[in-house]
Amino acid sequence: MSWFKRIKEGITTSTKEKKETPEGLWHKCSSCKHIVPSKDHASRMYVCEKCGYHDRINSQEYFEMLLDEDQDAIELNENLSSADPLNFVDTKKYTDRNKDSQKKTGLKDAIRTVAGKIHGEGVVIACMDFTFIGGSMGSVVGEKISRAIDYCLENKLPLIIISKSGGARMMEAAYSLMQMAKTSAKLTRLADAGLPYISLLTDPTTGGVTASYAMLGDLNISEPGALIGFAGPRVVKETIGKDLPKGFQTAEFVLEHGFLDFIVDRRELKLKLGQVLGMLKS
Amino acid sequence: MNFLDFEKPIADLIEQIEKQKAIGEKSKVDVSVAVRQLELKLAETRKNLYSDLTPWQRVQLSRHPDRPYTLAYIDAITDKNFVELFGDRTVKDDKAIVGGLGSIDGQTVMFIGQQKGTTTKQRQFRNFGMANPEGYRKALRLMKMAEKFNKPVVTLIDTPGAFPGLEAEERGQGEAIARNLFEMARLKVPIICIIIGEGASGGALGIGIGDKVLMLENTWYSVISPESCSSILWRSWDYKEKAAEVLKLTADDMLKQKLIDGIIKEPIGGAHTQPEQMFKIVKHEILKHLKELKKETPKELVDKRIDKFCAMGVVVE
Repeated sequence: MSWFKRIKEGITTSTKEKKETPEGLWHKCSSCKHIVPSKDHASRMYVCEKCGYHDRINSQEYFEMLLDEDQDAIELNENLSSADPLNFVDTKKYTDRNKDSQKKTGLKDAIRTVAGKIHGEGVVIACMDFTFIGGSMGSVVGEKISRAIDYCLENKLPLIIISKSGGARMMEAAYSLMQMAKTSAKLTRLADAGLPYISLLTDPTTGGVTASYAMLGDLNISEPGALIGFAGPRVVKETIGKDLPKGFQTAEFVLEHGFLDFIVDRRELKLKLGQVLGMLKS
Repeated sequence: MNFLDFEKPIADLIEQIEKQKAIGEKSKVDVSVAVRQLELKLAETRKNLYSDLTPWQRVQLSRHPDRPYTLAYIDAITDKNFVELFGDRTVKDDKAIVGGLGSIDGQTVMFIGQQKGTTTKQRQFRNFGMANPEGYRKALRLMKMAEKFNKPVVTLIDTPGAFPGLEAEERGQGEAIARNLFEMARLKVPIICIIIGEGASGGALGIGIGDKVLMLENTWYSVISPESCSSILWRSWDYKEKAAEVLKLTADDMLKQKLIDGIIKEPIGGAHTQPEQMFKIVKHEILKHLKELKKETPKELVDKRIDKFCAMGVVVE
């Protein structure tokens, strides 16, 4: 059967003529497997055009998406980074873990805080980065939120915190636990000053972050499908010894149980935030 | 009496003393000298053993099955002048958190604390001291009541964690704890928090924001239990001793880190060896701190409390 047989053997294209396909030119949706050019995916704010799946994105993308282009936004306390007060060593030194994460992500820690404008309304946005040690909350996250609130108080600005975190950072042990107390205590100052606080819980928001500032917004809002919980799904499953119901701990589940004000598609996020901030303005 | 693995020398000595006494009774031989010597040796052994405990041994002591729990403290401190109050007014009454009005030397105090059980049945009834959201909401309701009537709050903390169950998630475990942190930070009455056993993470912190946060000598307080820490960071349950060390979770460590305000000494051998003594010491500490805190105005209290927690953490600029 000659049509099964190769007539010329091997690769005949010379190395010089080889065409490279650049990495990441295409994006495949991790939910519905729909394939689109990466550029188009980015222009749709990393939301799948077919099924609406919201990809996890970083602080940089959120800032670009939300802040007005013609306004100068300033990053606050960008140089804060973690100390290692406990000389923590598990399978790796904490200081090394930190350095590696900084190198890998180009970030200083798991949160960035920026003062800017949304549809002309002044605002401070604190946004977490999950890529930095699982978005875990240590002293830097607590201190940056605390200082962002100080900035809000000084300049009479509302606060938006975009949470994306696995919870407290174990390598800072009780220090990280106390960041829950610190951020919550500080938020009382914002509340007393009558300044709005909007908490956006994105995929995933769990543990100590859920049990502190993420659940304390005047408005708690989320993106479709985001995982939100106190205990992680694996732990809950082990506790009850049964499979978890479908949709357990999704944003829709949390909304249904009364802990979210609304769920918003990322493509309408800026519009909706501007609308709410405008309405709350005194 | 239950003994921990490292308490074997003590258990042995006590057994010898019992044997001697039994012989004495049976054969009418005078054993008082031998008993006296053994008792001296017991005291000496206790002193040596407990003067240099490892973090893991303290964790074990904090969970000692004979250790007194919250209601025992409240009963003793108030001389049973205590009215327990139930329910969160929304869903139900959580048995893992107890609370109510108590009188301590003529002063009314709102007591709140996690409660563990002493028998298997009781332990289940109390859900092993692991509260659901309604437990935290009951605690908050009682604290708000204390604020309304200008009564100080004393919380007794002893929990292996907030309950990680399905219904706890449905009813907003995260929100319940967060709300408590927020409201406790600005409560206008004095709050004293005492860790009397286990201080595990958010479950403990949920009733742990106070003007004075104190730890008994043989307790622990951290972001995670040594066992869970071992399983996450080392992917095995075998590193719990190591985890207890690196987490720096003992009262001494916590004071050094300036995350608590003081340590309450326990009788040699731990709170369970002389509970009555322990209750007396705790009562004394509560009265001492209340006297100080009552001198402050509500605004001073709240400002200082918020500033204290806001100063926690170590960063590099």
